[in-house]
Amino acid sequence: MPFEGIGASVRRKEDARFLNGRGHYTDDINRPGQLFAYVKRSDRPHAKINGIDSSAAAKAPGVAAVFTGADMAAESIGGLPCGWQIHNKDGSPMAEPPHPVMAVGKVRHVGDPVAVVIAETKQQAKDAAELIAVDYTDLPGVATMAAALAPGAATVHDDVPGNVCYDWHIGDKAIVDGVFASAHKVVRLDLTNNRLIPNAMEPRAAIGDYDVNSGEYTLYTTSQNPHVIRLLMGAFVLHIPENKLRVVAPDVGGGFGSKIYHYAEEAIVTWASAKVRRPVKWTAERTESFMSDAHGRDHVSTAEMAIDAQGTFLGLRVSTQANMGAYLSTFAPCVPTYLYATLLAGTYKTPVIYCEVKAVFTNTVPVDAYRGAGRPEATFLLERLVDAVAHDTGIDRVELRRRNFIPADAFPYQTPVALQYDSGDYQTTLAVALKNGDWAGFETRRAAAKAHGKLRGIGISTYLEACGIAPSAVVGSLGARAGLYEVANIRVHPTGSVTVFTGSHSHGQGHETTFAQLVVDQLGVPLDQVEVVHGDTAKIPFGMGTYGSRSLAVGGTAMVKAMDKIIAKGKKIAAHLMEASVEDIEFANNTFTVAGTDKSKTLTDISLAAYVPHNYPIEELEPGLDETAFYDPKNFTFPGGCHIAEVEIDPDTGMVAVVNFTAVDDVGRVVNPMIVEGQVQGGIAQGIGQALLEAAVYDASGQLISGSMMDYTMPRADNLPNIHVATENTMCTHNPLGSKGCGEVGAIGSPPAVINAIIDALRDYDVRHMNMPATGEKIWSIINAGPSKLAAD
Amino acid sequence: MPQVTLTVNGKQHTVEVENRTLLVELLREKLALTGTHVGCDTSQCGACVVHVDGVSAKSCTMLAVQAAGTSVLTIEGLAKPDGTLHPMQEMFREHHALQCGFCTPGMVMSAIDLVNSHPAGITEQEIRDGLEGNLCRCTGYHNIVKAIAAAHPLMHGKA
Repeated sequence: MPFEGIGASVRRKEDARFLNGRGHYTDDINRPGQLFAYVKRSDRPHAKINGIDSSAAAKAPGVAAVFTGADMAAESIGGLPCGWQIHNKDGSPMAEPPHPVMAVGKVRHVGDPVAVVIAETKQQAKDAAELIAVDYTDLPGVATMAAALAPGAATVHDDVPGNVCYDWHIGDKAIVDGVFASAHKVVRLDLTNNRLIPNAMEPRAAIGDYDVNSGEYTLYTTSQNPHVIRLLMGAFVLHIPENKLRVVAPDVGGGFGSKIYHYAEEAIVTWASAKVRRPVKWTAERTESFMSDAHGRDHVSTAEMAIDAQGTFLGLRVSTQANMGAYLSTFAPCVPTYLYATLLAGTYKTPVIYCEVKAVFTNTVPVDAYRGAGRPEATFLLERLVDAVAHDTGIDRVELRRRNFIPADAFPYQTPVALQYDSGDYQTTLAVALKNGDWAGFETRRAAAKAHGKLRGIGISTYLEACGIAPSAVVGSLGARAGLYEVANIRVHPTGSVTVFTGSHSHGQGHETTFAQLVVDQLGVPLDQVEVVHGDTAKIPFGMGTYGSRSLAVGGTAMVKAMDKIIAKGKKIAAHLMEASVEDIEFANNTFTVAGTDKSKTLTDISLAAYVPHNYPIEELEPGLDETAFYDPKNFTFPGGCHIAEVEIDPDTGMVAVVNFTAVDDVGRVVNPMIVEGQVQGGIAQGIGQALLEAAVYDASGQLISGSMMDYTMPRADNLPNIHVATENTMCTHNPLGSKGCGEVGAIGSPPAVINAIIDALRDYDVRHMNMPATGEKIWSIINAGPSKLAAD
Repeated sequence: MPQVTLTVNGKQHTVEVENRTLLVELLREKLALTGTHVGCDTSQCGACVVHVDGVSAKSCTMLAVQAAGTSVLTIEGLAKPDGTLHPMQEMFREHHALQCGFCTPGMVMSAIDLVNSHPAGITEQEIRDGLEGNLCRCTGYHNIVKAIAAAHPLMHGKA
């Protein structure tokens, strides 16, 4: 019997349907009698809506209805809520302007929904939308944070002066300034983190289905967290009680964060379905996704490290501007604050840190969490700054890191930025990565490349991140408006098979396999007798969903706790059946035994007894074998590691090839090594994409120039090398699995490794810094400007 | 409204379409073969790849009427009736070459055409270059390349 428990690279159960084209994605679903919705969107960045004339559209062939923001406002439909409240330096709360489902009064970004047409076919809806006449008065737009913060700039929201959502900080500025004033040297770096478009391969879609007989609404949606959507949409937007609202997220084709948020289209189709009394289906076109899915990243920062003569980090001071876009998306405010600034210690024992963050509204698509969510921004800043320190002092890049690492015996380690790390061994992950990436042999490879007219460089990033979100009370005290526990219901059926109902929601992570492996491990049930159910609020008690690398650490632990309850109850039943005392019952390998005897009962014997309670301790115990656990984590988890990128530049074109990528990550306990490797490889691909290829570009007026895949460079197979992934794990100390999570580490550690490698390749040109993406044009310009020309961007 | 007659996965169909109906729309909406996916609107992503008369084609960039009289093979038609997977499907599973599964049908169909057109052998670079028309956001392509390389000898009888 092949081993299928924790640690086995079990091949995935979900592949059977995906490989045969029998996935069940939202656009594959068709409800009887459905109508189609097409959303008319603003084609301009900032304008007053004087009026909307939809009379021609309403009369167009096949059209059932046309709705606008005014129609929703007339029914007191609420705006899209923000789930995290950040406070300013002075303690006052952030600006929280309204975020109507469809624009009311003003449009604030290209893509802002203005109206929806509901028609018999998608084409009829789209054709009719062109007949809607919107009378706009254009307003000056602010497309960049610099423009938005300039004195006298147009305001995106009339009641948010200066376009500042909040001005937040962490750390003691006076203490940090004092350390800087007396430091041997201060190294400063100005840097940006480029705006990205997540572009999961499945475009967003939603189907609203109102049952006129029962008054119950069903929403099918491409979401990473159906219960969260039910909560937000039901409570705050459409005012539908939970018992009348079912949200189903079927197979979801990738998310990376972009499918966390409660989007306008979900509310539109749900509400419209009740209005027209037929199901309403909406599917995004890709160009539409570009202007309606939340974008990611988009920071501008100044970072300073105070050091002594040996390069010891004495203090870090950071000032960041973070783009919110035109409206607050569901989690946006926490991304550049509590998911960013609290990571600025990284793997280093920097004793004091101060970070201030100004969040800015602009006439662009709302920005929110995208794979890594704040931690790639922190890591890029830190690892670029560390290399800048090496550059300015002449201290070796690797040696500088070693000198400043938190030592392996310092855990638990309290950082100066709130987080307390539980475990880690940065010296070891570094050593293994240096060996795996053959750092020592690099100069030979550089010389060989030079002989062929190529510029080769190697770069390193040593990083950690915080995920496995999150302890509810902690995040609540920091402004979160939700709890961040996870829920698992383990149902042992009468004949011994098991169904796991989990509030997590896989959208590529392979939970149907890895979660089943947890049951194999703890209950000893064979893999093919375990089914994992996710994505339907009607089936699963509750859940907060899958993001922030939390599903194994938090969702998996909820499963472990529920299985603990199953075993505890099973022991009582077994004690009764075997006429022993419960203290003498042991459970292992699917079997209950009486210690010191050969008496045993299988889990199946127990479950049958539980559902057919004839010989059963009925006075003390209810029948059944079905337990639920809500697990609220004790802390974040802290995976991390060391990434090494090796690049080769063609000086004639400036094009960069990543010729090797080595990752050594500490992810705690690994359940399925194959899946962990896949997660890290995928994250690294996105990180390389950010470093070399991807940029969401607006022109000065606020038009989205990179508006489709024609102009936004998605990484392709020939842009990427083989990606060598290894793990070197220390266990998480505060969850029973010891798992830290691995979904985002790839995207977090890799971008600075790539940029550091490029700068190393260009060392003859004395480039001190380069922002992303490091395009061929940028590099060619540096090379052709001649050696000894200092370049900043 | 025109009618188009074509063979899909070995079965002949006559379907009423509009002139502007895309082949992928015919497959997904008229024949309920939702395994072929739409991932973009600029012909970049390859989620819609099927085989038309034995050669890969982006079904989002073909009108249904253009497919009249052709034989179309979609992802649903790959495995044998008894469920035995095509070697490419088998290798994708074996090598974890899919995560969310959305790009997978088009990726598998492209990969089969790629291997078919390199009977003597295929290098890693040829595989990567040959996948230029297929985007995957989840896997980073590492395992897709491995799976295709592993499928080659199985498909050309050299296993």
